[in-house]
Amino acid sequence: MSKRTVQFSIYRYDPDKDDAPYMQDISVELEPTDRKLLDALVKLKAKDDSLSFRRSCREGVCGSDAMNINGKNGLACLINVEDLKQPIVLRPLPALPVIRDLIVDMTQFFKQYHSIKPYLINNDPPPERERLQSPEDREELDGLYECILCACCSTACPSFWWNPDKFVGPAGLLAAYRFIADTRDQATNERLDNLEDPYRLFRCHTIMHCVDVCPKGLNPTKAIGKIKDMMVSRAV
Amino acid sequence: MSIPVLKFDAVIVGAGGAGLRSAIQLSEAGLKTAVLSKVFPTRSHTVAAQGGVAASLGNSEEDHWHWHMYDTVKGSDWLGDQDAIEFMVRKANECVVELEHYGMPFDRTDNGKIYQRPFGGHMSNFGEKPVRRSCAAADRTGHAMLHAMYQRNVKANTQFFVEWMALDLIRDSEGHVLGVTAMEMETGQVVIFHSRATIFATGGAGRIFHSSTNAFINTGDGLGMAARAGIPLEDMEFWQFHPTGVAGAGVLITEGVRGEGGILRNANKERFMERYAPNAKDLASRDVVSRAMTTEINEGRGCGLNKDYVLLDITHLDPNVIMKRLPGIREIGLQFAGVDCIKEPLPVVPTCHYQMGGIPTHYSGRVVVPQDGNPNTIVPGFYAAGECACASVHGANRLGTNSLLDLLVFGKSAGDSAVEDLKAGKAHRDLPKDAAEKSLSRIAAIDNRKGGANVHETRLAMQRTMQTHAGVFRFGDLLKTGVEKILEVEKAARELEIKDKSLAWNTARSEALEMENLIEVAKATMLSAEARKESRGAHVRDDAPDTPEFPNGRNDAEWLKHTLFNPVDNSISYKPVNMQPLTVETIALKTRSY
Repeated sequence: MSKRTVQFSIYRYDPDKDDAPYMQDISVELEPTDRKLLDALVKLKAKDDSLSFRRSCREGVCGSDAMNINGKNGLACLINVEDLKQPIVLRPLPALPVIRDLIVDMTQFFKQYHSIKPYLINNDPPPERERLQSPEDREELDGLYECILCACCSTACPSFWWNPDKFVGPAGLLAAYRFIADTRDQATNERLDNLEDPYRLFRCHTIMHCVDVCPKGLNPTKAIGKIKDMMVSRAV
Repeated sequence: MSIPVLKFDAVIVGAGGAGLRSAIQLSEAGLKTAVLSKVFPTRSHTVAAQGGVAASLGNSEEDHWHWHMYDTVKGSDWLGDQDAIEFMVRKANECVVELEHYGMPFDRTDNGKIYQRPFGGHMSNFGEKPVRRSCAAADRTGHAMLHAMYQRNVKANTQFFVEWMALDLIRDSEGHVLGVTAMEMETGQVVIFHSRATIFATGGAGRIFHSSTNAFINTGDGLGMAARAGIPLEDMEFWQFHPTGVAGAGVLITEGVRGEGGILRNANKERFMERYAPNAKDLASRDVVSRAMTTEINEGRGCGLNKDYVLLDITHLDPNVIMKRLPGIREIGLQFAGVDCIKEPLPVVPTCHYQMGGIPTHYSGRVVVPQDGNPNTIVPGFYAAGECACASVHGANRLGTNSLLDLLVFGKSAGDSAVEDLKAGKAHRDLPKDAAEKSLSRIAAIDNRKGGANVHETRLAMQRTMQTHAGVFRFGDLLKTGVEKILEVEKAARELEIKDKSLAWNTARSEALEMENLIEVAKATMLSAEARKESRGAHVRDDAPDTPEFPNGRNDAEWLKHTLFNPVDNSISYKPVNMQPLTVETIALKTRSY
């Protein structure tokens, strides 16, 4: 790979000076070592320090740099520039209010995450040593606990777009099932009660955009299906 | 201009592992606590820790805290304080078990206990043979831990101020710490957090180097704030270069890979660690492995077109083990090296990873400074824990998995100490009239300056200087010129200019403020390194070579002491290492070999 110039079209909005958002056409010269989209964004910011985006770990574990990239949600640090059609169109995550440029207000997203009581509930007095859990029971948590709360999934979900205040969304529901599936958790019934509602769980229509965009390869739809099954079998 | 004042019993700056662990203690004790973080808590850098957390649970084979203590002292090249080290290793089991009770999804042994894997420098029976001591959740231990602690804080109703950047420490004329100033990122508003206890858990500053495993946010904000408030910084010459960062990208590859059986090879496919550490081989201490790799590369046995990396080979492992125990590493290999580690070895180089030094603390988490002849006088109202603090348990070189243990044990003890002091303590002390002045004038200067230095360029100049002049191997003459160069960069860092003047989420401004913190750390590092005329742990210089009189270049008669860098006048003083453990005998000085 040699030096090359890459074209971008980027959503810009500064509430301090812009009446309305606009798309900015801008290009940047990249070194061979600039492989990821985040590398390009850092280069762009060196040219124009007003370009605003979140970033931290640059290796796909912190979940900061989620954005809409050529129409699809993803993490800038995990996407190869070479794999993207130019001009690369960058927008903030859909469905959440924009604060500035690529930075969205994630309050609603975290409100939904917090609403499922995202912590282990076990009312027995803690033993002196670890609670035992078989490797098989522990394996039930694989594909659930790895979520990085980047919000790619929830903000790609049409049900979340229409009802972000009422539908928990794929990230929150994945977390709910992570605790339901944990043999150490004692609050399964309470957790199911908390989701028994026309919106909170049942607005999921298995459109599966969440699965399509998850940068960690997780499957919220499957977890949601399992919660729905438990609801049904609890009812009979 | 009147600045809003928010009053709390305690303010914790930083919501990584140490901050969250402290917050649990304070929230569960019912104290009014604010946790400030410039990122959402689960985005803190603890999330990137991979291989595990050390505790002598003995789940797979016999282990003992005393052996863990020995390994930690030896790993530190005897620069660690033995009271703090004994304190930490004896609290390890309790702290790890608590995490399990919080819901952390540890991997499990067949009998349902927490899974443990071997790690560099962890040995049984006082250095005899490798032992399985690292408690792991696959290769995502930090992620699993950070989320479990955040979740516990949600349960405890901890009050978070998310995406608030702390700016300066507030001290009164008697030196008491009364809180911090902070800026809300979304609005640019500066606020005073007035507290009776202030806990720094701000992490490290690995971004002072050009090639780093660290996140962008690791800019040493706590150290910068402490330095500007006249607090000296301890042992800043000691930086850990992790042996296995992905060549070019810098992304971390856990030592757990070698714990699971991975082997380092040079261009001749030779397992070269057998020559450098005949006993521990690939699981020798990190400083030892990083130097061996650098020597291989310097002597022309590196791999690739430019012969500038070595290979980490796990192709002999069962693919199922890789998928089960190291799934994140396989992803990283595919993403950042374009290599499937099941089929091909990974290209790796030593990469800046961890800051052993920091804000000087007692093992209770209380910050201590020299005053009136006592090198360890408590600064009232001020606590620090985790990578920003120096207890000192890591000394001249940290053992893998002791960082997560450090943030648990000292996060908890700083929280406990704050609770104890708050319960015994009095009302809020009066804020000085100019409490926010320093922060406001720094911001105004950055906003209004014309013809100043560019933040991006200044940061690059600092990172290149640190990389060239204070890297894995250090040279007397390069350190000398490094001091001159970093003082030049400092001038630029005091004259930064930004173009973006918006109040809304101004990352140009926050990066400039971060640069003012980074430079304090870079300067402390370079000057402390130049001053220490011996080789010890991660600090190895050409003019202090391995001789019969000074094995490994270590000179205990003159240099068995902690550095204290005084940021007010760039002067350096020293204080003794505490060789006296709490209950056991001193682990006596010895030549270090693996």
